[in-house]
Amino acid sequence: MADAVFHALLWASGALVLLILGAMIAMLAYDGWPALRHFGVAFYTTAIWNPVTERFGAASMLFGTLVTAVIAVVVAVPVSFGIAFFLTEVCPQALRKPIGVTIQLLAAVPSIIYGMWGALVVAPLIAAYIQAPLVALLSWLPVVGEVFAGPPQQFSVFTAGIILALMILPFITAMFVETLESVPAMLAESAYGIGATTWEVFRNVRVPYGRTAMVGAGMLGLGRALGETMAVTFVIGNANRISTSIFAPGSSIASVIANEFGEAQSGSLKLYSLLQLGFALFVISFIVLAISRWLVRSRLD
Amino acid sequence: MFKRISAAAVLAAATLFAQPAAAQGVEFTGAGATFPAPVYAAWAAAYKQATNNTLNYQAIGSGGGINQIQNRTVDFGASDAPVPTDRLTQQKLVQFPAVIGAVVFIVNLDGVNKNQLKLTGEIVADIYLGTIKTWNDPRILAINPGVTLPSLAIQPIYRSDASGTTFVTTSYLSEASAKWKAEVSAATSVQWRTGAGARGNDGVAGAVRNTKGAIGYVEYAFAAENSLTTTQLQNVAGQFVEPTTPNFQAAAAAADWENARDLAASMINKPGAQSWPIVSPTYILFPRDPRDAARAKAALDFFSWSFAQQGGQIAERLHYIPLPAAVVTRVKAAWANVHNAQGQPVWTGPSQ
Repeated sequence: MADAVFHALLWASGALVLLILGAMIAMLAYDGWPALRHFGVAFYTTAIWNPVTERFGAASMLFGTLVTAVIAVVVAVPVSFGIAFFLTEVCPQALRKPIGVTIQLLAAVPSIIYGMWGALVVAPLIAAYIQAPLVALLSWLPVVGEVFAGPPQQFSVFTAGIILALMILPFITAMFVETLESVPAMLAESAYGIGATTWEVFRNVRVPYGRTAMVGAGMLGLGRALGETMAVTFVIGNANRISTSIFAPGSSIASVIANEFGEAQSGSLKLYSLLQLGFALFVISFIVLAISRWLVRSRLD
Repeated sequence: MFKRISAAAVLAAATLFAQPAAAQGVEFTGAGATFPAPVYAAWAAAYKQATNNTLNYQAIGSGGGINQIQNRTVDFGASDAPVPTDRLTQQKLVQFPAVIGAVVFIVNLDGVNKNQLKLTGEIVADIYLGTIKTWNDPRILAINPGVTLPSLAIQPIYRSDASGTTFVTTSYLSEASAKWKAEVSAATSVQWRTGAGARGNDGVAGAVRNTKGAIGYVEYAFAAENSLTTTQLQNVAGQFVEPTTPNFQAAAAAADWENARDLAASMINKPGAQSWPIVSPTYILFPRDPRDAARAKAALDFFSWSFAQQGGQIAERLHYIPLPAAVVTRVKAAWANVHNAQGQPVWTGPSQ
């Protein structure tokens, strides 16, 4: 009897997760549908967001969401890799623990703190010491120059990408460390035994062994970066435009929802459009996370 | 005989109910606009001390306030932008102004002091449209003789969150510039042509403070508390005026309350040599058929108290402008449209 009840409870707990996820996506799809019906596919291809004339298009937010997330991953993955390698191979035993704990603490800092710190401290530093030299160095180039053009702006897609990179760094690092440590000691020792250097062991044994899991870790970071809201809202500049320069202000799906949801009246086209944006974000995150889970999984099996 | 007994019973019941209510205090709720939230909070604190009645006000934004009062989940809603008449009728709402506020422009320019820089609505519109790009633009220099303005890029900053402050500011720019009206127009959030957005008044103030060459707009209450570098503006009389309480009051007094539909009188660009051009009331939305008449009466008592002397002093201390006495009379007259289930007016005068 007790077994049967326990069995049923476990089934119910498992089913609950699927039910909640299903209810969420059904709600977003249903409530956002009027926006798609009204604008058609143009909702995803136009970059107009004009509450006055009630014309809404998601292109600039999709663009901002993807660009900030890609910048975040491109910056965070190599640094995470360096930290993880340092911790597993080079770091003296006494330092390993403090650095490991510090990384975990970074992961525990609430995102709004990253936002405030980003807006007040990091953004001015980026404008003065990263953007200005990059603009001076690269803006004269024919095509690349466009990407790095513009007057010094503290709030930009680039700043948001850097803040996101700092936020996803601890997660990616933790997974890299775990992956590198899961490499069987015998494999590494055999390589050392035939005279390989630390670099060669790393390059030819550890990395190939954990490659899929590492790609998965990067994708998980990307998934987190896509949906981050408050920190991005503080530093992205909140301009619903597509700019060729990464130093221009932009917006992401999450930041637009955070900014406009409070003033969107029930039954308005604006609210439907925001819900449709939420649906798009849900689908994008779902796809990215599914791919990353699949990559991590296929390595562990 | 029977009639007399029942009347006595009703009276006894009423005193029985009234007694504990006075001791415990009534709790009533409101939600909406963030622009007047500081003054509502200060009023609520002082009012609780005076009467033991508690206001629970949630500053969730005007749109949220309108939604909540439509669903009757709060006793009153609050909105910075007036609600159209047909919508008020359809939702059975009474609208009235609660307090008046002003919006000012703030700048970050080396060597430019508070209220030194002169601007016109048309110039500000062109700055936010992106057609005036640097501070030493001939049109800015022309009205600012004696002020040293650098050849620095102007960095326009706006509110990224949909807000009443943006509605008031863009309404002003629409009246000042035909181009602005045609291309951008006025709303709680608009399609900005240039610049960057920051969250809330403090976000805009912080962004302007950190960015050389920035211009932004905030509520006056906020600029005064933080000693930000405000500017002068040209009013319809052609005068350049400083953002001061007497100049805000001049604009409020010049508003056309006589012909205001649903007590929504525009205070933007009002005549008068003294009038500051961006002044606006913020509104309360009240159900004509409140679900709980006792709470509705408590809420109206609260506003009646807020309009009186002590409430007015609190508002002025926070750099808001109390409603002119003539307007308070109109507001209280509008309250006669709030009825209980028996069809009686809920509010017939202050209870204390």
